[in-house]
Amino acid sequence: MALLDIKDLHATVDDGDAGPKPILKGISLTINPGEVHAVMGPNGAGKSTLSNVISGRPGYTVTGGSVTYDGVDLLEMEADARARAGLFLAFQYPVEIPGVATGTFLKTAINARRKANGEPEIEALDFLKLMKANAKKLGVADDMLKRPVNVGFSGGEKKRAEVLQMAMLEPRLCLLDETDSGLDIDALKVVADGVNALRAPDRGMLVITHYQRLLDYIVPDVVHVLADGRIVKSGDKSLALELESKGYAEFTGAAA
Amino acid sequence: MAATQDTIDRIAEASGTYKYGFVTDIESDKAPKGLSEDIVRFISAKKNEPEWMLDWRLKAYRHWLTMKEPDWAKVGYPAIDYQDAYYYAAPKSRDDAPKSLDEVDPELLRTYEKLGIPLKEQEMLAGVAVDAVFDSVSVATTYKKKLEEMGVIFCSISEATQRFPELVQKYIGSVVPYSDNFFATLNSAVFTDGSFVYVPKGLRCPMELSTYFRINEQNTGQFERTLIIADEGAYVSYLEGCTAPQRDDNQLHAAVVELIAMDDAEIKYSTVQNWYPGDETGKGGIYNFVTKRAACRGRNSKVMWTQVETGSAVTWKYPSCILQGDNSVGEFYSVAITNNAQQADTGTKMIHIGKKTRSRIISKGISAGRADQTYRGLVRMMPKAEGARNYTQCDSLLIGDTCGAHTVPYIESRNPSAQVEHEATTSRISDDQLFYCLQRGIPEEDAVALIVNGFCKEVLQTLPMEFAVEAQKLVGISLEGSVG
Repeated sequence: MALLDIKDLHATVDDGDAGPKPILKGISLTINPGEVHAVMGPNGAGKSTLSNVISGRPGYTVTGGSVTYDGVDLLEMEADARARAGLFLAFQYPVEIPGVATGTFLKTAINARRKANGEPEIEALDFLKLMKANAKKLGVADDMLKRPVNVGFSGGEKKRAEVLQMAMLEPRLCLLDETDSGLDIDALKVVADGVNALRAPDRGMLVITHYQRLLDYIVPDVVHVLADGRIVKSGDKSLALELESKGYAEFTGAAA
Repeated sequence: MAATQDTIDRIAEASGTYKYGFVTDIESDKAPKGLSEDIVRFISAKKNEPEWMLDWRLKAYRHWLTMKEPDWAKVGYPAIDYQDAYYYAAPKSRDDAPKSLDEVDPELLRTYEKLGIPLKEQEMLAGVAVDAVFDSVSVATTYKKKLEEMGVIFCSISEATQRFPELVQKYIGSVVPYSDNFFATLNSAVFTDGSFVYVPKGLRCPMELSTYFRINEQNTGQFERTLIIADEGAYVSYLEGCTAPQRDDNQLHAAVVELIAMDDAEIKYSTVQNWYPGDETGKGGIYNFVTKRAACRGRNSKVMWTQVETGSAVTWKYPSCILQGDNSVGEFYSVAITNNAQQADTGTKMIHIGKKTRSRIISKGISAGRADQTYRGLVRMMPKAEGARNYTQCDSLLIGDTCGAHTVPYIESRNPSAQVEHEATTSRISDDQLFYCLQRGIPEEDAVALIVNGFCKEVLQTLPMEFAVEAQKLVGISLEGSVG
């Protein structure tokens, strides 16, 4: 069974007084367990909208099509239930939560899952061990875990913290929204290594990016080109290189 | 006590209904409804008080008659009929007060257990002594003996008036005079009980002193009076926590707390207040009109107020510090949460008199539902307060779009060398923050509690450990139903 099955998805963004604005205009996409898909496209193509709609962010309305996750209708579920079912979004702009230690935040998230599954809360010591082990792998300093969520983090620290959260929450489907933005090449490598370590036969990933650069490090199985709310071309990893040399103009032209 | 009996008889006669007198006939040992000089005399007589205390009460009562209920606070509530309340109620058998917890009414113990504060456990828990106030009269005091061996006096103020009259007479009303304000004056006339603490010179009180207040009798105004004195070089940390069960009639609570810190002394006073806030419309909640004030009399003395206010229908409260001694320090840390129809007008006053006095105010207000909240604070630098400093930070957090937050800082500086800093922010829980939490699988209500706890962290971390845990839970409970 496909892990994520998107069929002819149409969605609008609630654009205040201007009314709903169509962004996604019929997207179909299937991710099987173990696969890494990349979605590339120019600014305004609908890349972030796609990840927002999948993860259930308020402010978007699905006007057609379906999204099935592991055989269930994802669109029927609340955002927090989707997350607990194994969906993880690594944010393009991780949000600051003042006064809430990163460790506390993660523990709360883990316990929310356990509670939903009827399991007892994680033992404080077990949690600490787990967090330290994961932090070490990602080169996250212990002191960062005590700092409030994303507050005062550098761009690289924020993205590393996102990947740390991803590792801790053990999702089945990872959405990475422009995880490369704001990263220098060294930070990019660390983050990519972290993501690659999470590749697993039962886990799928959807990597959204503007640049091919990230895909040198996180090598996708399938590449999709998104333009004006539609997938205009899909192929293997070589498609990313083709895009890099030709630019998006050809594809946006085709979509128009 | 001929005079006492006379008073009782006269009141019994006047009311007509209590033909067998108060002591024998009334289940809850109540004085009749209403307020009069006779009631004041009755209360004083019931407590077997010395003449000077009765005189003081009467002075307060007569002064109160000349006063008007204040209306400057940004709160609204129906007029209080002071003649329609009871001013004295004691639990049964207070005359033979229990010698140990085994003698305490099991019904009472069960009530405490429901509130999660079983006295039995409290007694076993190292470091916490409990002076339980139930219906205005202390029914159980633990650890008192141990403390007394060290020279710490921790007892009900009634007991202190009997056993240490010179201390009580010297200090009561010395920080909050009987003529201070409408509610404090009312309290001075009719206060029924409260706590008294005296820590002698040079002693660091090794345990947190704790009082749980409960309001139980219907229509019984609660008038607690607390007096805490830290003598030279002494230290004491006092915890006050309150909770009340559901109730239909509004209940007036007008407490007075006086703190006195001598040279090099330090008092830490922490409150977690979660009295019944009323139902969603505010019906049945407690009116909390409290006067709390500290005098930093001595050099290098320090007073720290920490409060977590989540309850009551209407709150009117400004724990203050009078910084008389040179180099004395006053701190005020506050979290106030108002939800549904709750109203709170709260803040602090820092009066800098001595040289190089310092004060710090951190106020975190959270408003949800249709609640209205005001921070009202005064920082006053007197002419002799050379080099005095104040730092104030007032942050308001709004949840939803039907609540209100207001900040009213008064700053008066009469000394050019004094420094006053004031920072204020108002923010909302952003949709981005909420979605970030949801996306990690945290349900909405838990997410709000988490974000709000983060917002209040600076204040919550000043609380003693056991209180901090309770306070964090309270933050979540208080905001239940505030989103979605």
